[in-house]
Amino acid sequence: MYETTVIAGASLTPDAEQYLTFRLDGLDYGIPIQQVQEIRGWTRVTPLPNSPRYIKGVQNLRGTIVPIIDLRLRFNLSEATYDACTVIVVVNVGGRLAGLVVDAVSDVINLAAEQRRSAPEFEGQANRQFIQGLTQVDDKLLVLIDVDKLVNQEALAQAADAAA
Amino acid sequence: MAIDLRRFHSTFFEESLEGIAAMEVELLEMERLLLRGDGRPADFDPERLNHIFRAAHSIKGGSGTFGFNQITEFSHGLESLLDEARSGRRTIDAEIASLLLRAVDCLRGLIDAARRDGPIPACAEALRAELERAQTAPSRPVTRAEPARAAESGWRVRFQPHDRFFHSGNDPLRILRALAELGPTTVHADSSHLPDWSTFDPVQSYLRWEITLPKSVSRTMVDDIFAWVIGDCDLDIEPLASTPAPTPLDIAAKGDDKAASSIRVATAKVDGLVDIVGELVIAQTMLSQLVEGFVPEHLSRLQAGIAQLARHTRDLQDAVLGIRMLPIGFVFGRLPRLARDIAATLGKRVELEISGERTELDKTIIERVSDPLIHLVRNSIDHGIEPADERVKAGKPAHGTIRLTAYHKAGNVVIEAEDDGRGLNRERILQKARERGLVPPEMQLDSAQIDELIFLPGLSTAETVNDVSGRGVGLDVVRNNIRSLGGGVEVSSTIGKGTRFSIRLPLTLAIVDGMSLKVGSEVYILPLAWIAETLRLQPDRVTQPAGGAEIVAVRGDYLPLLRLDRLFNVRGRATALNEGIVVIVEADGKRAGLFVDELLDQQQVVLKSLEPHCQRLEGISAATILGDGTVALILDAGSLVRQAHNPIFAMAASAGLGQSSGATPPALH
Repeated sequence: MYETTVIAGASLTPDAEQYLTFRLDGLDYGIPIQQVQEIRGWTRVTPLPNSPRYIKGVQNLRGTIVPIIDLRLRFNLSEATYDACTVIVVVNVGGRLAGLVVDAVSDVINLAAEQRRSAPEFEGQANRQFIQGLTQVDDKLLVLIDVDKLVNQEALAQAADAAA
Repeated sequence: MAIDLRRFHSTFFEESLEGIAAMEVELLEMERLLLRGDGRPADFDPERLNHIFRAAHSIKGGSGTFGFNQITEFSHGLESLLDEARSGRRTIDAEIASLLLRAVDCLRGLIDAARRDGPIPACAEALRAELERAQTAPSRPVTRAEPARAAESGWRVRFQPHDRFFHSGNDPLRILRALAELGPTTVHADSSHLPDWSTFDPVQSYLRWEITLPKSVSRTMVDDIFAWVIGDCDLDIEPLASTPAPTPLDIAAKGDDKAASSIRVATAKVDGLVDIVGELVIAQTMLSQLVEGFVPEHLSRLQAGIAQLARHTRDLQDAVLGIRMLPIGFVFGRLPRLARDIAATLGKRVELEISGERTELDKTIIERVSDPLIHLVRNSIDHGIEPADERVKAGKPAHGTIRLTAYHKAGNVVIEAEDDGRGLNRERILQKARERGLVPPEMQLDSAQIDELIFLPGLSTAETVNDVSGRGVGLDVVRNNIRSLGGGVEVSSTIGKGTRFSIRLPLTLAIVDGMSLKVGSEVYILPLAWIAETLRLQPDRVTQPAGGAEIVAVRGDYLPLLRLDRLFNVRGRATALNEGIVVIVEADGKRAGLFVDELLDQQQVVLKSLEPHCQRLEGISAATILGDGTVALILDAGSLVRQAHNPIFAMAASAGLGQSSGATPPALH
């Protein structure tokens, strides 16, 4: 289990936001910490029948049934074997809970608005919709994820399934 | 007065609706007495009238406090009429009773309008006039004192506290301050009654006041301020020279659009909960102390502690479920009125007798059992109870009786609806069923089987379709509704004597008796109510006619077989039929075999909704949390049986899934 800590003394400019960063297949990603509810170690999930492959199943989060989404599979990255570092970042988007399986969480950073850049258009970007922006931290690329889209896209895909 | 009253609105609405329900019950009872007495003014229990009056009065008071002026005015008219009857100045006849009932309906409409912030129901104006007309004594001050309706130029209040005003703990100054908060006021103090200083008693009240209030203040607002001191002073409130103008509707606040789903719980139940939680905390403290520096000798104490914890947990579970329990009277209460109206439409006379209304049921069940019950009552009046002349000919009393009973039986609640009508016409039912092709012509049925036919969709024996019933949608829906609540409904009938429907319902929906099944490494729960039987079958009992879906032969019956491992795409252990178990599930009158690896255990599980975080899935109704903290899915037998009997639908569903997963590009390796 990890605990998230707010960086002490970090002065926030009004348009600055805190991001939780994590690793996924060798690349760093970030999500607004406002949307992170908690971080849990990986435990067994109950698979949901007839669900997309990236939905690993559901877990009991203190009495609430929460879907667990494998971000690697969601982004069509290579499938990882889960180990001791594998964690679930539980996000809360407008009251909807979902767990995101990531390789490891790294840090909490402050990002001012001017540091965030929109992602360039390039070829073969199937998952462009999930990318909110890009930024550089210590000369390394950080991909900012639009959790809203990720979790709700989810709902859309499943609603489409139900309709089909 | 800066308190935001809005947060009390929902309580007011709830209480008002309860009050209205109570009024309705009493009025119907009065009407029933009138009916018995054949129009003669019946001898009412005065407490009945008082009950109705009090309900109207509290609605008036509450609506005044919250500024729902329309409701205040309407209930005032109602109250005035009731007051006349209560004081014996007016007898209640059938006409008045009917008027009162209509007024109660309209009041409900007004409250509903206020809650939704919707338009005022059209009936309000006309009914109010009718209520007023019904009051014969025009000189009565209560009629005169109603002018809150028209806009006046203001109010003049003469306030004359009695000498001993202070002795009751009141203070005129507080009242004057409260009045001043209503708007700009002018106050004249009359000190002429002040005695000589030598005889002055500081705890006596000598002053009198005359207060002028602006027209923005409603009569009720003034009344409310004086509500507590009315017996301790001489009070005279009158409008200043009035200029009639309609007051704009002033429904002060927007209620929540969705009626908040709240529940009123007896304090005793909450106290009980607090006690149990207290016990739990003690047990937990004891256990943690015991575990700290634990020595093997203390094992028995540890076991005892855990047993205690288990007992408290069970108590807590019962108590929490108890909170959701409501008396079935909440549903029964609506029925007498309904029965009266339906009977009136059909020109029949029906009495509804209710017993066991205190029997408690889960709130969700209460809400969902209401429609089926209404349907059964409607059905009894329409089909069961004969017209009066026919009844008299058969030697029965002219008015029919429907008896509604609720009681507990073996962990279930049983609700019976019994009428003394003509009973089921089996010949006609069978004939209809044959006509519709629901029963093969050569098939012979015994009477119980024929009775069962009425639950089939598309069967109605009514000669005419009217707006009450006879459309052939009905009892099958009733049965499905009850089944979806985990219960069942049965019918028994004697020709010429009557019909009895008996509904069996579980106490709660939050907990389900289930069988845990294992498929591969996964555990699923199947509610016991759906399981017909479980069998271990030889592989030769399964066939695949024309290479299609698998079918198993069970005692001469052929049932579609669903393999849960394939359906849910998990790796099952058993593939050959004799390695696993076939569970026969029954839903909506159809059966199917469910093939699983093994049966684990029969257990009670607490239902957890998959929504809102996950979407609904075909074949899964909910989830539960097992003893080890993992999630187990609860199977939806109804949907599984439907899938089994409609493989095309099942295929389409899986094709739809295939499509969407195909839409995401294949993984890049």
